[in-house]
Amino acid sequence: MPSVSQVELRTARTHQLANGMVLVGEPTDAVESAAFSLLVPSGYSTDPAERLGLSSLLCDMVLRGAGSRDSRTLINDLEILGVERGESVGASQTSFSAATVASNLYDALDIYADIVRRPLLPEEQLDAGKLVCLQELHGADDEPSQKLMIALRRRSYPSPWGRSSMGTEAGINASTSDEVNDHLLQGYRPNGAILGVAGNFDWQQLVGRVESLFADWQTTEVVAIEESAPESGEAHTHYDSNQCHVGIAFPSVPYRDPDYLRAWAAVGVLSGGMSSRLFTEVREKRGLCYTVSASLQTQRERARVLCYAGTTAERAQETLDVTFAEIVKLGEGVLDNELNRLKARIKSGLIMQQESTSARSGSIARDWYHLERVRSLEEVGKLVDELTGEAINEYLQAHPPSGFTFATLGPAALELPKIAN
Amino acid sequence: MEFRSHTLENGLEIVAECNAGAHSQGVGFFVRTGARDETDELAGVSHFLEHMVFKGTPHRSADDVNREFDELGAHYNAFTSEENTVYYAAVLPEYQKPTIDLLADIMRPSLREEDFAMEKKVIVEEIQMYADQPPFGMDDKIKELHYGKHPLARSVLGTVESVEALTADQMRTYFESRYSPGNLFVAAAGKVDFDALVEQVAHRCGDWPTQTTSRDVPPSASQPGFHCLHRESATQQYFLQLVDAPASESADRYVAKLLATMFGDDSGSRLYWELVDPGLAESASLGHYEYLGVGMYFSWMSCEPSDAHANYEKIVQLQQQAQTDGFTIEELRQAQSKVRARVVLGSERPRNRLFNVGGNWMQRKEYRSVADDLQAVEQVTLDDIHRVLAAYPLTIGTTVTIGPLEQWG
Repeated sequence: MPSVSQVELRTARTHQLANGMVLVGEPTDAVESAAFSLLVPSGYSTDPAERLGLSSLLCDMVLRGAGSRDSRTLINDLEILGVERGESVGASQTSFSAATVASNLYDALDIYADIVRRPLLPEEQLDAGKLVCLQELHGADDEPSQKLMIALRRRSYPSPWGRSSMGTEAGINASTSDEVNDHLLQGYRPNGAILGVAGNFDWQQLVGRVESLFADWQTTEVVAIEESAPESGEAHTHYDSNQCHVGIAFPSVPYRDPDYLRAWAAVGVLSGGMSSRLFTEVREKRGLCYTVSASLQTQRERARVLCYAGTTAERAQETLDVTFAEIVKLGEGVLDNELNRLKARIKSGLIMQQESTSARSGSIARDWYHLERVRSLEEVGKLVDELTGEAINEYLQAHPPSGFTFATLGPAALELPKIAN
Repeated sequence: MEFRSHTLENGLEIVAECNAGAHSQGVGFFVRTGARDETDELAGVSHFLEHMVFKGTPHRSADDVNREFDELGAHYNAFTSEENTVYYAAVLPEYQKPTIDLLADIMRPSLREEDFAMEKKVIVEEIQMYADQPPFGMDDKIKELHYGKHPLARSVLGTVESVEALTADQMRTYFESRYSPGNLFVAAAGKVDFDALVEQVAHRCGDWPTQTTSRDVPPSASQPGFHCLHRESATQQYFLQLVDAPASESADRYVAKLLATMFGDDSGSRLYWELVDPGLAESASLGHYEYLGVGMYFSWMSCEPSDAHANYEKIVQLQQQAQTDGFTIEELRQAQSKVRARVVLGSERPRNRLFNVGGNWMQRKEYRSVADDLQAVEQVTLDDIHRVLAAYPLTIGTTVTIGPLEQWG
């Protein structure tokens, strides 16, 4: 078992601006790079029901020029700084991530302050932005496993939490320039924004820079989100393909819940490493499929375990039955040796996370979002050490997998387990 | 950072980039075998064998192998390409010995009949999975069309038919001819105890018998052309294009990489501004790939079927314009900045360095430090770019399109 001593003592520092924006940083001089994740509270759950996809459209538009830079200058300047960037829209946030050599950190931050605070949102490029979103939507139609998981999430989560961030063709087409601007004002705000930075930098200097870039960012009132029942619809989607894709979901606990680590470890026994139960039973012993997996996906207030298997149509029923049986069987508990293997994997993963500033910046920003504090790697290591089979089994006994939702996609429908609700 | 190497008496080489400051290490067996070393009858055997390597040895069952890797907390996997098969693990430094014990043991697999029959089903599923996804098998098809009978045209996965027809005996014969100590090596990067590594590998692999292996490296003769295939169920129209480019032994490979970055990187390139930024294509990119004796620029574009002709026309124009007018110094500087940052960021993880160290040894039997790579990128001039453009024109290649369009024209 890896020892916690290999985790360097890196302390995450936090600083909250008067307008509510939170800066979390984990400096280290062991690397030459620096990375940051900037989260703004504009997620797909905030899209108006008739404008599904608006947050994604906005995310595309803010990169089309900001501050004194037009669209082309903005992208080119980021590239000259060597910024490896990525953007994604989640349930509650839009995330901008960037990594580069440490000496370019502040110049990159300056540009991102413009992107989230002073985007040009050029009206003449709105159609181009919409086309980019529509292309992504149409591209997903050709990816059967992605299509299946979108259907599974929609059927499993209460609305609007199970939406696809890509939205709908109608929602994107209907969006106007005014609506894009309004959405910016509502979601790109300091109250609820989090900036996580990891790598080679000086904390005090960073605090100074972030204050000067964001201190005068004006807050906006938060609009409450109304929740409603999941969209039901047919469990099966007909699709012209060789393989049939099977999805099973059930509720779990979110990251901030005291039971999270136990629930997460139980899913790790089901699907984490090649000696995990699903890989062993579905793939290794029966050769039913190439891909089978389960993962705990957490939002702030709710979470689901999402399981996936893809297999040729004639073996799909058996795949569904065997996969489902393993999920149900998890309720009977896990074995100590399964847990020990999982702990070894988790802990080596934690130690290796130190070797990526990108991974670390995202991780500390998300920690703050879920917990309003940052867990050091050392603290997570200790929590993992303290985890026992007994504790996990107590949890599983009280909360056996239940409340299942199914989705299938392929040339023919499958018979769903009787327990299906 | 220190580079170390050692060769065992049976010819097995061990190479490592040792970095005392790292927290983990990446270690792997790199085998010089892949689809290009197969025959029609053996199509897909290299990749199938890669799966079978995890199915156990005289000392371990398949379950043992999976369980032991997980017990080490290893992040491990394997992959097969046209010319390499690589087995690797990222582990904490204290697990160097058991990791070598396990990796070395599975490199002498039992290839049991019952495991062979079971794993064949998994391979067939893998083939079917890719057949359902873009580009619907066209990545194999375009190599056949472009290279004809050249070994590099062979499919890594093989076909359902070729895999189903394979026997365990054929695989054993192939294994014995390819996995000999002179045809594979051990590479490592990160926090590595090199002296111990040599001892550990010698202990486990020192008695592997030497066998002569060979590989055909015929010159390639490409056959440019345009092909349209109909796939009614697809939503988007997909384009693939292969163009000849500098090979892995060429010093011009850095030039080709920068050229590809300027022309077709997924952000900030000519293709990006022409097609992706305006939303005309879902994606449009060009990358440089290097093999022994053969190099290629591989282009990809996906878009709405109704935009296919106009988009293709734009790509052709961009290619012609690049050939006629070349690139600007600003574009080159931007590409150099981008590639430089990628090299630095990528170098922080030992498992990334493993593929760099292993890849260089595989292709050229050389070690290149991060500084060497940075310098090579810095030294590329606009004249180099234009010289390589002239030698390998972007305008001459094989194009395949697949999607809802029934025919082209």
